[in-house]
Order: sequence, then C-alpha cells, then structure tokens
Amino acid sequence: MSDPLIEIRGLRKVYRVGKVEVPALRGVDLDVPPGEFLAIVGPSGSGKSTLFHIIGGLTPSTSGSVRIGGQDISSLTDAGRTELRKNKVGFVFQKFNLLPNLTAADNIAIARHIAGRRQAVEPEFEEVLKLLGVSRRLNHKPAALSGGEQQRVAIARAIVNHPAILLADEPTGNLDSENSAAVLDVMRDLNRRLGQTILMITHNPEAAAFAHRTVCMRDGRMVG
Amino acid sequence: MRSLLSVFLIAVPVTLILCLVGLSQGMLADSARRARGIGADIIVRPPKTSMLTLSGAPISEKLVEAIQQKAHVALAIGMISFPVTSVTFVSGIDLARFNQMSGGFKYLEGGPFQGPDDIIVDEYYAQQHRLHARDQVTDILNHRWHVSGIAEGGKLARLAVPMGTLQDLTGNTGKVSQIFVKVDRPANIPEVLAELKTLLPDHNIYTMEEFTSLLTVENVGGLNTFIHVMVGIGVVIGFAVVLLSMYMAVLQRTREIGILKALGASRWFILKIILAEAVVMGLGGTIVGIALSFAARALILALYPASLTQAITPEWWPIAGAISLAGVLLGALYPGLSAAAQDPIEALAYE
Repeated sequence: MSDPLIEIRGLRKVYRVGKVEVPALRGVDLDVPPGEFLAIVGPSGSGKSTLFHIIGGLTPSTSGSVRIGGQDISSLTDAGRTELRKNKVGFVFQKFNLLPNLTAADNIAIARHIAGRRQAVEPEFEEVLKLLGVSRRLNHKPAALSGGEQQRVAIARAIVNHPAILLADEPTGNLDSENSAAVLDVMRDLNRRLGQTILMITHNPEAAAFAHRTVCMRDGRMVG
Repeated sequence: MRSLLSVFLIAVPVTLILCLVGLSQGMLADSARRARGIGADIIVRPPKTSMLTLSGAPISEKLVEAIQQKAHVALAIGMISFPVTSVTFVSGIDLARFNQMSGGFKYLEGGPFQGPDDIIVDEYYAQQHRLHARDQVTDILNHRWHVSGIAEGGKLARLAVPMGTLQDLTGNTGKVSQIFVKVDRPANIPEVLAELKTLLPDHNIYTMEEFTSLLTVENVGGLNTFIHVMVGIGVVIGFAVVLLSMYMAVLQRTREIGILKALGASRWFILKIILAEAVVMGLGGTIVGIALSFAARALILALYPASLTQAITPEWWPIAGAISLAGVLLGALYPGLSAAAQDPIEALAYE
C-alpha cells in the first residue's frame, strides 16, 4: 500500500469561548491514501468541520500532527497555511460560495490568478469542464445558474489548480436529489478519471455511499 | 450604489478645493484685468491697503493736481471706490479724464453720464439685475440712480458714477481712494515712479505691471492659509468618506473575503483589492469633482454673472487628485487591514 497522502496523529483542537475551553477534536488519527474518495460522517458538533478546516489550512490545530504529502502542516504559520490553501487543497462548500459579481469563468479564473498561474487553463481542463457539464454556462453569473450548476462550477474552481486534496463540506446539502446525484457522480468521475483525492463531509448516507470508504466521528473522535 | 455615492462624496471636497482656488485666482485675475483696462502706467494707493480691495478715500484730491504738474506726467486721475456688496464696488470717476486715460467705455446700450445721478453698469451687472439704459436703480447706496449706459466689462468696477456724487454720498468730499497716472512715454515710467515715491514715501506706489503681478494668492493676506485649511478639510472629508464606505464594503463582503482566503488569497492580496477599489473611487471622485467645478462656474455665471469670478485651474487638477488619493488611501487602510486580518472560517460563516 502506498504512503498515505494525509496522515493525522493525535490531532486535538480546543476553541476558547471567553474563558471556557471547548474541545472540538480530542485526538483524531486518520490515514488517507492518495486517490481515495473518503466520506466523513457524524452528527452535528462531532468535529467533522473542524477536521476539514485543519486539513484545509483554514485554522491551526492545538496539538497533534497533520502531514499532507509528507509535509507537517500543524506547525505552519498563517502565511504557510495560505500557501497550502493556494496549492494543495481545493474547497467545495455547502453554500457553493461563488463570488456573486463574477461569471462562472471568472470565478474559476480568480482561483488561478490567486495561485499565480497567469496562463489560460490547460486544454485538458476544458474536458473537465465538459465532464462537469458547465462548459456552456461559463459566461453566466452565479445568480443565473441553478444550484447544481453553481456547485459544479465550485468544483471546477476547486480543482483548477490541480490540488492534492479536494475537500467537500456537505456538497449536496443545498441541492435537490437530482442535482445531488449529478454532483456526486461528477465527484466520483473526477476521482476515477483523474485520481483526485476527495474528502467529503456529509450527513447523507446515500452521498456517503459514493465514497470508497466512510469514517464516522462523534464527540471529536473517530468512532468507526 | 454605495460606490457611486462614495465617488460623489469624494468629488465634493475636490470641487470645493477647485472652486475655492478658482474663485481666488479668478477674482485676482479679474482685478488685474480691470486695473489694466484703466490704461494707467502708475497707481498710487493709500498706506496699509489690501491688494484686492480699497475701503474709504483717504487721499486728498489736491494730490491729483500736484501729481499732474510733475514732469512727464501726461495725465493723473483720482478715483473713489466704495463697496456696494461684499464683491461689488462702485467707482466714482471724472468721466472725461477717465475716457482720456482709458480710451473710454464701449457702450452696449445708452451712453455716458448726462447728469450727477447717472450710473454706468457693466454688462454682467446689467444681466444679473435685468437692467437696461434709462432704468432707475435705487438699491445702490440708497440713492436713486438713472442708468445712462450699459458698458462692456473689464474696466474699473462693475458700477461707475460721477465722482462728486459718490464723494458726497459717502462723506468723502474732496477725497479719492487711489490715483492713476499716465506717463508721457514708457521710458519715463521709472523716473516718475521714483519721484512719486520720494514725494509720498508712506503710500503704496507701483507700476501697473508690478501691481497686477502682485495680485496673486500669496500676496493677499490670509488667502493662502485659507486655501491650505480648505485643502486640509478636503483630505479629512475624503478620508472619512472612504473610511466609512470601505468599512461598509468590508462588512458587506465579509463572506467574499472568506472565499478568497479559502482560495489561498494572502493578506496583501486582500489589502490590494480594497486599496485598488479606493484608488478607483478616488480617481472617479477627482474626475467628477473637476466636472462639478465646471458646473459650479457655469451656475455662478448663469445665476450671478456680476458676482464672483471663478477661474478654471487645470494646474490644480493633479493637486486635487493627489489630495483626494491621499485621503482615500488613508481612509481605505484601516478597513483594508481589518479585511486582510479576517479569520477565513468566521468570514465564510458570515451571513
């Protein structure tokens, strides 16, 4: 078996709310090999989103280690985490989070701009856009796109810089069943065709069924 | 909408600065043009007088005759000047001698004085007050005047009346406000000037060229300071408008800032966006402010042609632009830094 792309050991995260310490992660261990499509399930408050935020470099851990591709990200500075978000991870959110004043194409282009890639997208990416079913909707602003289309544009934006990991937080949470199935199909296709490693948080068992493996969290720990 | 309102609000101090500078320079240039229009070579003014205006008539009329007797003096005329409003003066003149020096008024309607209660008004005053030759005017020094003529502007004040009448009305019988001297040949101007300075050491005596060159913002007491204060107010207004506007923008766009941060945007990238928007608003405000200064000038000319003269001052456009940009950059800095420092998770959760 290949070395894990993500290797998490004894990960803890404590939030401080006023003078009260609230533990969100209480010692998480997790290995994710490259190319895996992993679903993380669990009730609200179980720590799924916190884990997602730490792996994605949106917040630092309190203790423990997180290695991505061999690099320990738990000791990164704010600037280091910014670089991580720029180059190694791509996010897909429940609320799509497209920039409302930009067209779909510009939403994708700005991700490349931030990553310092000035040249146009590679021809292969045009194929990805076709796979995502948004290549004819690129000149529209988010308000003119359906929820499913917005989420597929968000996926395109998340992978345009070829991140090692695609982090999807409830990607079907705001979609009807038809669009949910379309988005999950697309994610599975990306995983199969491009070998894209995907971590997906979901409450939905049907969505989790699209993944290779499902892990469950409860009270800040992995329970299965 | 917010950005458009901000651009307009940034334009206000730009317009304020340009109008103020334009009015200062316009009024000074107008004074210089009117002084040159008299056709004198030398001007004798009382001691301790402002460069821009005269008040009272402290010079004895006998001095005019004394100067007239000097060698190389072709003509010396006295003139009394009295304010009607804060920006409009009436000049009392000996019309025959004034015509001899200046070449006379060019009348658009009517003609010269026919009696002691006649008044000649310039075209701008006539336009503003809807006056025509042979009209009666009673709102000037509470006296009933008969409009004998409407003249082209650019000579003396906007209103001219017989000198004796104005002297009597203002209690200055036998006195004048200043004396204009025409020298027989330009080559003799320095000699006459030196002699007059020796004769009247406490008076302000200038060649007309020197006098008009002294009509600058720097030489009018307090005007430069006033302009600097207004420029300072312009910076403060620009700063405050942009601070509030950009602070609102950052609040409105908290979620978008979170999205950009999730995509890997650095603090500097976020700060650059905020500053760039502020610069665009500052430039927009400058352009709108310049346009509004033209509009203000047109409005003054249309409504009050005989009041303040506002010059268009292109040399102040880059200065006003720089002042505006300094204000907006200062104003955008705090919102920009606070946006750059936002926690991406909190920003993404912002509703």
